[in-house]
Amino acid sequence: MKKRVQLRKDVQAKQEGNQLKKALFIGSAILLVLVFVIGIFLYESERLDKSAKVAAQNQVFLARAHPPGLGPADAKVHLVEFFDPACGTCREFYPLVKDLMKANRDKMRLSLRYAPFHAGSDNVVRILEAARKQDKFWQTLEAVLASQSYWAPNHKAQVELLWPRLGNLGLDLERIKRDMYAPEIETVLTQDLADAKALNVTMTPEFFVNGRPLPEFGFEQLKKLVNNAVAKAY
Amino acid sequence: MSISEFEPQDYSPDGAWKLVFLAWLLASVSTLGALFLSQVMGIAPCVLCWYQRIFMFPLVFVLAAGLFPFDARLVRYALPLAVVGWTIALFHVLVVAGVVPEDLRPCAQGIPCKDQQIEWFGFVTIPLLSLIAFTLIGLLLLLTYFKASK
Repeated sequence: MKKRVQLRKDVQAKQEGNQLKKALFIGSAILLVLVFVIGIFLYESERLDKSAKVAAQNQVFLARAHPPGLGPADAKVHLVEFFDPACGTCREFYPLVKDLMKANRDKMRLSLRYAPFHAGSDNVVRILEAARKQDKFWQTLEAVLASQSYWAPNHKAQVELLWPRLGNLGLDLERIKRDMYAPEIETVLTQDLADAKALNVTMTPEFFVNGRPLPEFGFEQLKKLVNNAVAKAY
Repeated sequence: MSISEFEPQDYSPDGAWKLVFLAWLLASVSTLGALFLSQVMGIAPCVLCWYQRIFMFPLVFVLAAGLFPFDARLVRYALPLAVVGWTIALFHVLVVAGVVPEDLRPCAQGIPCKDQQIEWFGFVTIPLLSLIAFTLIGLLLLLTYFKASK
């Protein structure tokens, strides 16, 4: 009899022990997630503080005169996009950015900078810049983006697959092939890549609105940043 | 009536449970830490980092599943993950230290494994943290094995 009582006590103790273990496990899990979330908030708020200071320093790299642009020169909101012609997200952002420009006509201007991170896409940038010499930059850019899946299979830009897609734009393709490697185009590429590095651009597209980077990637975030800048400036 | 009939099914030596719980904590902290570095701080993981993640992340779930009810056989499933992860972490540490020659690096794509964005106190790098975590988890699992087989 005594033995049984002892056993029952053992079982009870074991069950209590199990309860304790479960509480310990769940408590730790909640604590870990909590620390993670608090960490995100602390890190983000520190980064926002920094980004205001950084925005001023960024202007040096963002105020270059050479990049192709849209919108009036005296617009108070300056959107700079670093993009890669072979990047799918850049292609998807293109019409969205255009709509954003339309919605804020006369109030903002856009500068396009190159960040050809994909293999071979620097050659596509050369073609764009050479087309710019023939005043056909935007048409060419749109054709390049529209046919991206044909000339950039597996994220590798292949110029020979791009040529047939540029046939009906009225471009002098022979001239483009001659101009592609002109020293001034080389300079643009080097300058843009150097500025991208200085601005810590590691992914495309990357946007700067009056020097401020996106707090977090996404079109809604970009729209918000632009709208805030427009409201502040006008 | 024999004593064993009164034993609950998931009877576990408390010591072994604690060891596995500790290993689970380590795996969870490592996983959340890795996610913080890549998703919050925006540090892109290199190829070797990805392989270590592949062996660290599942440990969180494998170890947790072995805790309730406690099943000492979890060592069979978790230890291989820890050992392979440990090997990759060691290789990564050697790459960072420059012991493994450049041309042996399987890190051609994009992010170099040798470059370290984080260096606390001059020597604590992310792969070193990973190696420490895998080492501790591996040792805890070995201890669990010996304790449970006693």
